[in-house]
Amino acid sequence: MSLIQFTDKGLYCPAGDFYIDPWRPVQRAVITHAHSDHARWGSARYLSHHLSKGMLRQRLGQDIALQTIGWEEPLRIHDVELTLFPAGHIVGSSMVRVAAHGETWLITGDYKLEDDGLSTAWQPVACTHMVTECTFGLPIYQWQPQQQVYNEMCTWVAQNQQQQCTSVFYAYSLGKAQRIQRALAATGLRIWLHGAIANANEALQADGIVLPECHRITADTSKADCEGQIVIAPPSAAGSSWLKKAGRYRDANCSGWMQVRGNKRRNNSDAGFVLCDHADWPSLLQAVQLCGAEKVYSTHGFTDSFSRYLREEKNTWSEAVQTQYGGEEDAIETTGGAA
Amino acid sequence: MKAFAQLVQQVGSSTKTNEKLQALLQYFQTADDADKVWTIAIFSGRRPRRFVNTRMLTDCCIELTQTPAWLFEECYHTVGDLAETIALLATQKNTAAIPEALPSLSQLIASFISLQKADEETRKAFILHHWQQMDFDACFVFNKLITGGFRIGVSQQTMVNALQKATGIDASVLAHRISGNWDPSNTSFAELVLSGDTTADSSKPYPFYLAYPLATEPETLGPIADWQAEWKWDGIRGQVIVRDALYIWSRGEELLTDHLPEFHGWEKSLPAGTVLDGEIVALLPDANSIPEHIGPFAQLQTRINRKIVSKKLLQQSPVGFIAYDLLEWKSEDIRQTPLSERRALLEQLLQEHPLPGLFISPVVTADDWTSLTEQRRYSRDQKAEGLMLKRCNSVYQTGRKIGDWWKWKIEPLTIDAVMIYAQKGHGRRSNLYTDYTFAVRDGDKLVSFTKAYSGLTDKEFAEVDAFVKKHAIEKFGPVRTVKPELVFEIAFEGIAASNRHKSGVALRFPRINRWRKDKPATEINTLDDLKQLLQQYGNSSSK
Repeated sequence: MSLIQFTDKGLYCPAGDFYIDPWRPVQRAVITHAHSDHARWGSARYLSHHLSKGMLRQRLGQDIALQTIGWEEPLRIHDVELTLFPAGHIVGSSMVRVAAHGETWLITGDYKLEDDGLSTAWQPVACTHMVTECTFGLPIYQWQPQQQVYNEMCTWVAQNQQQQCTSVFYAYSLGKAQRIQRALAATGLRIWLHGAIANANEALQADGIVLPECHRITADTSKADCEGQIVIAPPSAAGSSWLKKAGRYRDANCSGWMQVRGNKRRNNSDAGFVLCDHADWPSLLQAVQLCGAEKVYSTHGFTDSFSRYLREEKNTWSEAVQTQYGGEEDAIETTGGAA
Repeated sequence: MKAFAQLVQQVGSSTKTNEKLQALLQYFQTADDADKVWTIAIFSGRRPRRFVNTRMLTDCCIELTQTPAWLFEECYHTVGDLAETIALLATQKNTAAIPEALPSLSQLIASFISLQKADEETRKAFILHHWQQMDFDACFVFNKLITGGFRIGVSQQTMVNALQKATGIDASVLAHRISGNWDPSNTSFAELVLSGDTTADSSKPYPFYLAYPLATEPETLGPIADWQAEWKWDGIRGQVIVRDALYIWSRGEELLTDHLPEFHGWEKSLPAGTVLDGEIVALLPDANSIPEHIGPFAQLQTRINRKIVSKKLLQQSPVGFIAYDLLEWKSEDIRQTPLSERRALLEQLLQEHPLPGLFISPVVTADDWTSLTEQRRYSRDQKAEGLMLKRCNSVYQTGRKIGDWWKWKIEPLTIDAVMIYAQKGHGRRSNLYTDYTFAVRDGDKLVSFTKAYSGLTDKEFAEVDAFVKKHAIEKFGPVRTVKPELVFEIAFEGIAASNRHKSGVALRFPRINRWRKDKPATEINTLDDLKQLLQQYGNSSSK
């Protein structure tokens, strides 16, 4: 019997009787990270990293039965040894290593290799079986070093300020929004946050994460407060009347999807920055190589292309698996591209 | 070319017309004259003949980047633009790109032209050499210059407006100066734009005056006596120019003279210095009157794409011209003369010089708007798409201008169909399944009958995209077969018999009218319903 099975509820480990990021309610759910396509409501018990605690409680309910552990602290569940390793995707995001009967499986959840200074840096984990995401599993997706993107963002903000415009960034409230806050702290401008993002900030800060000083936009915030400064809002705020608070503004999307002109144009924003919390094509290949798996399962994204490439060009056994990941922050359209 | 690449980047990423205008203006104020001429040429759809085909470009990229051919295809289908796909793949390693060392736009195009005669190795080496020195923006523009089709979100009108600001010359004068048959390699900016010396070019067409769709009741236009109504013909807008020779231009500023041998010789009958505006339409064999002898648009489409027209094709699918305006008369530009006077001259001209295949668009008369509305209902019997309303005292303007000319189309035909295939779109629909094939029911089978690409909102497209990604059957290649579940109302302007389609019909301008979420796939229309529409509205002669 395989150590990990792909079932209609999600990835299941029969020997330990637990699921990893299940999409239906189960008895015991191990959660890689707090994005809603991975952390779903309704399971009896949850297990995750310490740093996911605040966000999971905020999103799934304060009263959930939640056990948290640290990275590289093996946990015995029946016959199985379970260990979390940093995935570098967002704060608290973890890869799950499951070992038993001579097999070692690594379930990556979402990950990136570049250290964003916020999420704890990704590290390779030796395994025999790897279940990897490949949201950006095509060679057209290759990211510039983040500092270069940050510089471009700061230049854009400075231009807007010169023209007395507010700079509005659309970003997914958990992860991308905090990364942008850190990148833009260098501008010295005031950073205003939409309520959803301010909530996420508070949950993270309660877990000990240090973030730059930001301000919550409330009913009392006036246009004059925001004008010429920076506003960070979820993509759903785009074009809404809420943005009146920003005064005269220019807006930008920050996402891996911005790599392609058509996606950028579709968003109808003034700018698009290729800033991504997922591994790009070379990183995916590098991760597979560094972890040394014999068998690689690809879950969400360009799975068929990625697996075929591994088989034909890298001589690695690989297969695409249908999952229900890749909803929330990976969706190209509905979120305005916050991946 | 760095400046041009920057211009394309600015214009292509901005969502505001005024910003695009500013970027163009700045370019026209600072760029080198030869580069400006090529920029005008490119943004008005002119480009040098390709020196490589897309196959070779693709192969170069595959070779340079060591990408398997199938993976390149996957990338291309996701990006939806070849020039961009190649730019994304080929420039990944060029971190030390030195765009300053790049040739200017006009130098680059001069190289393209000289390479047309070079051998394959030389052309390949040229491409690879340039790719390796470019960043993404430059490489994208370089590839676009080679492949043509520069659709980057700047209209000719915006460019002309920028030129007006840069030169102080009136936009309609500029639009005329940059039209026609000039060669960017041998035309200076001074000749083309400043002095307009190329009017010596006797092929030069006038910029077309385009109508807006009428969105209100016709009564809002005032007394009907101020208006001239004509049928709105379903063909290709064209200009017939008789000066030292015959020239026929399409609205897309394509010179069609060679494609239309049945018009050859008109220059001997019509007086030199005559320019007609009208519609190129398909005719039935031995046609001698309209509308009864007008053929279906599909026939015109297959005809017009062929440069070499065989005798057989000429007999089977003849083409005619329905004139509705006179722009030049006795070598004089009469566009500022009121329509009523131009019309009188046109009628007189065609009466004095009757020619087979040349018709005048009859005026549709009515005492009041109610009776005109009633006549419009029978447009399809006239092989027309509706009516045109033109103010009797209107001058012939440049481009799409609101107020004096209106197109008043009839309601489209519709049919409910189920989606069976989906393909990813291009441009701003990159990586989204937005191009669909639809089927009607034939007993327990589904028969595909049309594709449609437009008519849904971005939100609806996103919803269908998610459905396709979830329910796709094949995994590779561009086309996904999907579960026949989603029902849409397809609207179209006309229907004709066709032996090139499985269903036996070809539709004119099909698009999605609405998503019928209320209708299950079991209740869609049938092939018999389609055939009935064909019988009622189709043109039986088009086989």
